Amino acid sequence: MDDQLAISVRGLRKAYGDNVAVAGVDLDVHRGEVFALLGPNGAGKTTTVEILEGYRQRDAGEVSVLGSDPAHPDPHWRSRVGIVLQGTGEFDELTVTEVVRHFSGFYPDADDPVKVIERVGLAGKAAARTHTLSGGQKRRLDVALGIIGRPELLFLDEPTTGFDPEARREFWELIRDLAAAGTTIVLTTHYLDEAESLADRVGVIAGGRLVEVAPPNRLGNRQDALTTVSWRTPEGKFETTESATPTALVAELAARYGGEIPGLTVTRPTLEDVYLKMIGH
Amino acid sequence: MTTTTKPAAPIAATPARRLGPGALALRQGRLEITQFLRSRESVVFTMGFPIIMILIFAAIFNGEIGGGVKFTQYFITGMIATGLMTVSFQNLGIWIPIERDRGVLKRYRGTPMPKWVYFAGKVIMVVAIGVAETALLLVVAVLLFGLKLPDTATKWLTFGWVAALGVTACTLCGIAISSLARTARSGSAVVTPVALVLQFISGVFFVFTELPTWMQQVAALFPLKWMCQGLRSVFLPDSFGAQEPGGSFELGRVALVLAAWCVIGLLLCLTTFRWTTRRDG
Repeated sequence: MDDQLAISVRGLRKAYGDNVAVAGVDLDVHRGEVFALLGPNGAGKTTTVEILEGYRQRDAGEVSVLGSDPAHPDPHWRSRVGIVLQGTGEFDELTVTEVVRHFSGFYPDADDPVKVIERVGLAGKAAARTHTLSGGQKRRLDVALGIIGRPELLFLDEPTTGFDPEARREFWELIRDLAAAGTTIVLTTHYLDEAESLADRVGVIAGGRLVEVAPPNRLGNRQDALTTVSWRTPEGKFETTESATPTALVAELAARYGGEIPGLTVTRPTLEDVYLKMIGH
Repeated sequence: MTTTTKPAAPIAATPARRLGPGALALRQGRLEITQFLRSRESVVFTMGFPIIMILIFAAIFNGEIGGGVKFTQYFITGMIATGLMTVSFQNLGIWIPIERDRGVLKRYRGTPMPKWVYFAGKVIMVVAIGVAETALLLVVAVLLFGLKLPDTATKWLTFGWVAALGVTACTLCGIAISSLARTARSGSAVVTPVALVLQFISGVFFVFTELPTWMQQVAALFPLKWMCQGLRSVFLPDSFGAQEPGGSFELGRVALVLAAWCVIGLLLCLTTFRWTTRRDG
């Protein structure tokens, strides 16, 4: 097994009765990488991630996470893996500090609870009972519990659901910090801008299969895709052309119109365009 | 960015300073006790119920059961046994489904915490609350109703082992029955009827030997009847043993049945305990 790989998956399959959730996934995640798993609800994201986290048993395939089979998690392996689940686990009767401090005791090399609480932006709520937190604040607590053990590998299942835009930006900074310190990060998300902004590579999963894996700017051959150029003709109609050489086309149009081209737009396909095409829209 | 690999995460060189098993269990126990004491319903219900019951019973039956022995002296045994069952069987049977539903159990599973620590925490909480609640009940009964406490070391010893075995059996059965509840709310619906029926047929609310014989025989299959019987040997004069169904307090059989329930409860726990909800796979 390649030491540079944090995660290696071959032929992963999982069905619930007749419902095939994961239908043969192959995936490599390198150490230190930020990998985003994108896909619609029910595509198999959470099932895949929960198999990697050691929560679910697979039906078939080979899986290695940090060199071990997650189907048989032991405490040492657990101490190297941080998990932020999709649903929050609530300790209504305890304060933020009490919960984080308690979890820090499970790990051999835990981070300082006070620092972690500050890092996730909950310093102002450190003494608050967790049931008084807002949805976004609860999610930050989840993240705090995911990173308190200084994991080598961190799983985040839809981490920013319920965040306001500012909180998401702060969260992204936190993820970048962790990645810069060498933490391997696997996150699932619905938000394309999140994947684009954070991930080194994006895997698009649909119908239990990994449709494509690529850096966000290359997904769906985005960088080679035809560029759409449109402008207004002198008759007032919009003309649209897809071009492999948009610069030359614009130069030609500029010459034709003698300077400014009326109503000119030049667009490349967005991540959303290629993503929607991939998942079959 | 064309490369996707980064330097591997530095692996902590400091030796692990993982907490020992004893420290882990104590921390977990302290956390459980804190959570219990902060949830007002469980404090009022668990601690207050036996005391309210003894107040009611003392008001209704303020005469003698015979031989200069007050009714209170008889009913205190049932109240102690009920209190111990409430703090262990009902408490766990109701709370564990709530924690499972909230995702607390799933979250513990994602940490390096050994599984047994969770149960150790529950046991410590049950023992601490059980001792406090029983002591409170005895103080109230002595002060208000002139309850006679056991006068020999042997009787205190019997009190000790009957309570310990009874609580162990009820704790294990409470953990086992917690897996029957599908949701947080159904825990009390599963547990409360079982507890109530057992209380009626086991001689908590009535003099046991005045119950129909078939009812006595059904009750003899379950732990509560034997806990009450063992406690009667502690709080009633020795001469009362002759009135028991078996012609004596049958302490050997009390120990045997309670121990058998410990084994049954443990086997059920080991085979049926669920860390996640059904919808969670």
